[in-house]
Amino acid sequence: MKELVCIVCPNGCRLRAYEEDGCRVEGNACPRGEEYGKNELLYPVRVLTGTVRLHGGAIARCPVKTVGPIPKEKLLEAARALCGVDVQAPVHTGDVVLADVCGTGVDVAATRTIL
Amino acid sequence: MREYELIVIGGGPAGLAAALSAWEGGLRDILILERDSALGGILNQCVHNGFGLHRFKEELTGPEYAGRFIDMLSGTGVEVKTDSMVLSISPEKQVEYVNPTDGCQVACAKAVVLAMGCRERTRGAISVPGARCSGIFTAGAAQRFINIEGQMVGRRVVILGSGDIGLIMARRMTLEGAEVLACVELMPYSSGLNRNIVQCLEDFGIPLYLSHTVTNIIGKNRLEKVVVSAVDERRQPIPGTERTFLCDTLLLSVGLLPENELTRAMGAEIDPRTNGAVVWENMETSVPGVFACGNVLQVHDLVDFVSGESGRAGVAAADYVRRGPAPAGRTLKLENGSAVTYAVPQRIRMEMVGDGVQVFFRVNRVFGKSAVTVKSGEKQIARFQRDHMAPGEMERILLPGKLLALAERDTLTVSAEEVEA
Repeated sequence: MKELVCIVCPNGCRLRAYEEDGCRVEGNACPRGEEYGKNELLYPVRVLTGTVRLHGGAIARCPVKTVGPIPKEKLLEAARALCGVDVQAPVHTGDVVLADVCGTGVDVAATRTIL
Repeated sequence: MREYELIVIGGGPAGLAAALSAWEGGLRDILILERDSALGGILNQCVHNGFGLHRFKEELTGPEYAGRFIDMLSGTGVEVKTDSMVLSISPEKQVEYVNPTDGCQVACAKAVVLAMGCRERTRGAISVPGARCSGIFTAGAAQRFINIEGQMVGRRVVILGSGDIGLIMARRMTLEGAEVLACVELMPYSSGLNRNIVQCLEDFGIPLYLSHTVTNIIGKNRLEKVVVSAVDERRQPIPGTERTFLCDTLLLSVGLLPENELTRAMGAEIDPRTNGAVVWENMETSVPGVFACGNVLQVHDLVDFVSGESGRAGVAAADYVRRGPAPAGRTLKLENGSAVTYAVPQRIRMEMVGDGVQVFFRVNRVFGKSAVTVKSGEKQIARFQRDHMAPGEMERILLPGKLLALAERDTLTVSAEEVEA
């Protein structure tokens, strides 16, 4: 059994995840908590957020995120990959700035429109 | 002098939601004054996600959350002036502001919404002893340097305070290649959200020292080391527990202060418990037609609740402009009961209650299975069950008009107490 704090939303439910019975989860207030508990035990993932260099905009950085979760152990490697990304203004929310980050199959997209 | 129906001071999440609701409430002559060069406020530097789960039922980053409101606002006729600093507001609602295009201007309004947000407590506010070297930042200042200006603030970092901004910055600094040596918290519990302790500290193996504080800062020009000591239950450092961290950066995440200089100067009554204005059930301050919402009123944990509160302030401002002042009549005053540190709104006009009043408050310690009671004198008019409460998590209850009508006295007391499991 593993005790977890659910990070899906700010409620922070205290979960108990049991490896037996095909991964049973208790303590969750919503179905997303059950999914989180299972994933956290078997295949922990996170959404990476950060910034990339922005040229020609009013500010120096463009905020970005992975459009879906990536494996937790790839977080630092993916964050380093963002250092090599350059974006030219104008940029729009949702524009892909880096495809398939670190072979995860997940794209990195802008999260702010900067004209 | 240009006259508006409504002037909103501040274009962050509170100001955006208030202006939007006032527009939807029928006002067509609204001005937002924002001192930064873009709308969105502090959300623009909060590049992490976790915003909007209540409001939009999805997990957004700060800029995305702000972007939703900015997009909605662009479909309205609300006028926005950025780079505009408000200098004063008179009780007659004359707003004096300055910006690079218009110079110094005065505009007046039938109603004003105060949405200036808050600022961080600094080293001076908590009196950390030691050298006055560089390398000491508030967490939010470091966040702005990194996420907006593109300047890295340091390489070896200690964080004092485990509020959410401090936790978020522990992760952010780590992802940007810095080494975060420790997060140090004076209290025996973190004031940040549980999820942030997990995904910002535990994910990266950053130790959290509860009941510890920084007792010395050493460095000639740049910070060289900080001394951290354990504290006793009276929060006094325990001699002999000192440990030294070699670091070039100290981030302070030690609380937020509502930014109410304009509010005070206008003569609005301030609640010493919140450092925000005293408001009625509709977010109206003691100055008729002037409303307050968001972090300038009370420091929130979740932007979703800022938007909700500010939406109500916007609706109330529209009602004030269209229908005139709220009717007089019986009023109730909310007071702290045991373990409650404040309650907002502070006052309720029974004529204005309608379906009910949402009351926000905080408790002063961690609770397990517990109950929140609302009493008028000895008479209990409402009781709410809770599984868990903590000072870092704002609580919310809805008091229906029917129950409020049961109050026999002119004060209501909000209390928290443990219940047997």
